[in-house]
Amino acid sequence: MATRTVMLLRGWTAALLLCLTPPALAILPIEHWQAASGAKVYFVANRDLPMLDVSVDFPAGSAYDRREKSGAAAMTHGLLRLGADGLSEEEIARRFADVGAGVGGRFDADRAGLSLRTLSDPARRSVALDLLARILHAPQLPASVLEREKVRQIGALREADLRPDTQAARAFYQLVYRDHPYSYRSVGEVETVGRLTRDDLLDFYRRHYVADRAVVAIMGDVSRQEAEAIAEQLTRGLPRAGTAVELPAVESLRQAVTRIVAHPATQSHILIGAPGIRRDDPDYFALLVGNHILGGGGFVSRINEEVRQKRGLAYSAYSYFSPQRARGPFIIGMQTQRDQAEEALAVVHKTLREFVAEGPTEQELRAAKQNIVGGFPMRIDSNRKILENLAAIGFYKLPVNYLETFVANIERVSIADIREAFARGIDPERMVTVVVGADSDQAVTAPDKR
Amino acid sequence: MNSAIRFMQLMALACALLTGPAAAATAAGVAEHELANGLRVIVKPDRRAPVAVTMVWYRIGSVDEQNGLTGVAHVLEHMMFKGTKTVAPGEFSKLIAAAGGRDNAFTSRDYTGYFQTMHKSELPLSFRLEADRMANLVLSPEEFAKEIKVVMEERRWRTDDRPHAVVYERLMAAALTAHPYRNPVIGWMSDLENLTVDDTRVFYEQWYGPNNATVVVVGDVVPEEVFALAERHFGGIPRKTLPPRKPQTEPPQLGIKRITVKVPAELPYVLMAYRVPRLQKPAEEWEPYALNMLESVLSGNEAARLPQRLVKTDRKATSAGASYNGVGRGPGLFYLSATPVTGGSAAEMEGALRREIRRIVEEGVTQEELDRVQAQAIAAQVYQRDSMFFQARQIGWLETVGLSHRDLDLFIEKLQQVTAEQVREVARRYLIDDRLTVAYLDPQPLEKGARRAAPPAGVRHGN
Repeated sequence: MATRTVMLLRGWTAALLLCLTPPALAILPIEHWQAASGAKVYFVANRDLPMLDVSVDFPAGSAYDRREKSGAAAMTHGLLRLGADGLSEEEIARRFADVGAGVGGRFDADRAGLSLRTLSDPARRSVALDLLARILHAPQLPASVLEREKVRQIGALREADLRPDTQAARAFYQLVYRDHPYSYRSVGEVETVGRLTRDDLLDFYRRHYVADRAVVAIMGDVSRQEAEAIAEQLTRGLPRAGTAVELPAVESLRQAVTRIVAHPATQSHILIGAPGIRRDDPDYFALLVGNHILGGGGFVSRINEEVRQKRGLAYSAYSYFSPQRARGPFIIGMQTQRDQAEEALAVVHKTLREFVAEGPTEQELRAAKQNIVGGFPMRIDSNRKILENLAAIGFYKLPVNYLETFVANIERVSIADIREAFARGIDPERMVTVVVGADSDQAVTAPDKR
Repeated sequence: MNSAIRFMQLMALACALLTGPAAAATAAGVAEHELANGLRVIVKPDRRAPVAVTMVWYRIGSVDEQNGLTGVAHVLEHMMFKGTKTVAPGEFSKLIAAAGGRDNAFTSRDYTGYFQTMHKSELPLSFRLEADRMANLVLSPEEFAKEIKVVMEERRWRTDDRPHAVVYERLMAAALTAHPYRNPVIGWMSDLENLTVDDTRVFYEQWYGPNNATVVVVGDVVPEEVFALAERHFGGIPRKTLPPRKPQTEPPQLGIKRITVKVPAELPYVLMAYRVPRLQKPAEEWEPYALNMLESVLSGNEAARLPQRLVKTDRKATSAGASYNGVGRGPGLFYLSATPVTGGSAAEMEGALRREIRRIVEEGVTQEELDRVQAQAIAAQVYQRDSMFFQARQIGWLETVGLSHRDLDLFIEKLQQVTAEQVREVARRYLIDDRLTVAYLDPQPLEKGARRAAPPAGVRHGN
């Protein structure tokens, strides 16, 4: 199957894509409470389909790893359902399958969690929820399974390390984040994964899978009363409060850094970027709308227009902010035939400079707002998407009326807001540029611009 | 004529047609209708959100391409966004975006599809633009020269620099001799380099017409209104005389085939493809359903045989799976694949996969395994209803490959009827060497300074 792009609105993280709301419609009545365990619960009842989606998330992503044990967070998360409360991994997998339920995971730098989709009839639902609770509360993290998964993970890392896209991403995050934990690869490194022990995982689990930091999202065919019972069931057996770990602040880049890496691939993989914003940054909406115009709006964005549509230089060319608990990255990315890398870079740099200096036109701003506001219904048109919204609102501590006020927040953004927000957040003269796929290595560091 | 009045008349006409044999609603609430010009319109109301997904499916894919023109179906898909007599290049996506919508397209071996997801009130915009480019596409040499470069970048990104994608492409080319499924959807690079705008024009003029298309709408809509809207926008497009489709039947395989693919990689990999039956008469056949169950017993869940035995118990593989492609316009294939742990070989993986097949042939599968797979299939039916996009895609896909959305309930019924003995029987009959092609990935070191796969110094269009 070949598609015209990977995804039209590629660029914004899933959570962002989903966090939009309709004008003055209270069509998504979110119920919110705190469970006796201390967990925060977000619930939307919907009886249209006989199914239930549930997720439980923790601030337990790869940013909570220690550098020398990088990969512990991902391995802990991966092993949760590979043995728990006396059940083997095979028994767990069979029991879920026998009731037609599916378990998935969320894992990124900030967040680690499990999600469950099950039919909502009490017989099946109770089997699935019971299994999920046992996985969350009593993971065995078996040493022998760990040894096997380490071998698999190390093989996968070695394979990935040959690829130009992986090499580009690794170099990019190291240059943008230096000592900050956001520089770690989320699944760890060959050496650090190699030294993980069961004790590391148990320790990580006890410190980070804690009841009063849990966010429970429940969406679907159950009543409020049932949802309350589910939230208790899923969180009361979790480890009790430890001390919350705050992520360190991310420092801005002091100078431009360019790294060119030799690789025999047919295309150069290009990433340009810098630290962006926290999820609670007041510039959030201005940058959301601004980036939509710059490179987040798919075929109608400036970067795509300049790189792909006018010049045919790349199949995919985009930009996005990934707002996180600490300052997540701003990234511009594309892949182009090696001989064209220089031309493509020049085009993107020029596009970025112009945009940051001048901001969007009235017409661009209007079109972006029309798309984001008009596209709202598609952000909450399925149980799955609503669950993702609930989980993001909970995890990033957004107001419960976040969706209700979203459109107003978008409509309020002005050209000046966008220009000022970019001026504050993005300095085109202090960006990291990584190109993997060249004849020879080069490292270029521009003079300090302070 | 005043368009509002005309619209009302068409509504009345559509309602009258609804009572006739041309339109019918199935148990699942799906309604369908055929316009006089042969365009089929299928509507599935889903009122959970004020949204509508529109898809236009053309029964034209890479399987319809001729020698030397591989990739033309997909290139034409790209060109469908490059303007019509009244809509400028790139304007299509801008109009959809300004209405709050998302749009894109997909090309496969069997079909080409275009879609918009929008607020339900914007359905007329979708239909107007889709009808316009069904009939009035402008294929300019300037736009083509840029877009063919984009497609070549897509090929490099999607295939050339991805080891497993290269293995799959070469496996297909080896497994099939005459049938065009042997060619990649994206096209061979040399064909892309020599493709012309006129090639896309010929393809468009031959195949893009109402009687080669199906419109699918899923969302908060009323079928009668959608039919009327379709009549209004598509009704005036004349029917086309479609060229005959040559069957290009694949001759019988005469023995096992083996290839080796040497590309930079860390781990070896084996991909095996058996030629097996595909689904053609859903009510009468049983083998495709049994093959479907076989696929699921082998790798349908985390405790299924291949991941459980090869990865978790024996610990020889980092991943292992099975996949059955049994719905399509060309030959059916049943795939097995595995990647060894560091130090293992593709040959060991082939041996391990073959052992699992032999076990099924000799010992069969258990009722417990079948029950598990069936429980998953029944639950999946419910979960699928959570996505309008998926539902539209499923309907369009079945209709375009020559089956029917009405068969969906039948599929589940037939899957429930599959016996353990039938699963064993299809493995015994079809997973045999004379039907098999095996591809090994032979990992090569990455030579940092080198350049891989330099394109041939052929003529490049557009320079």
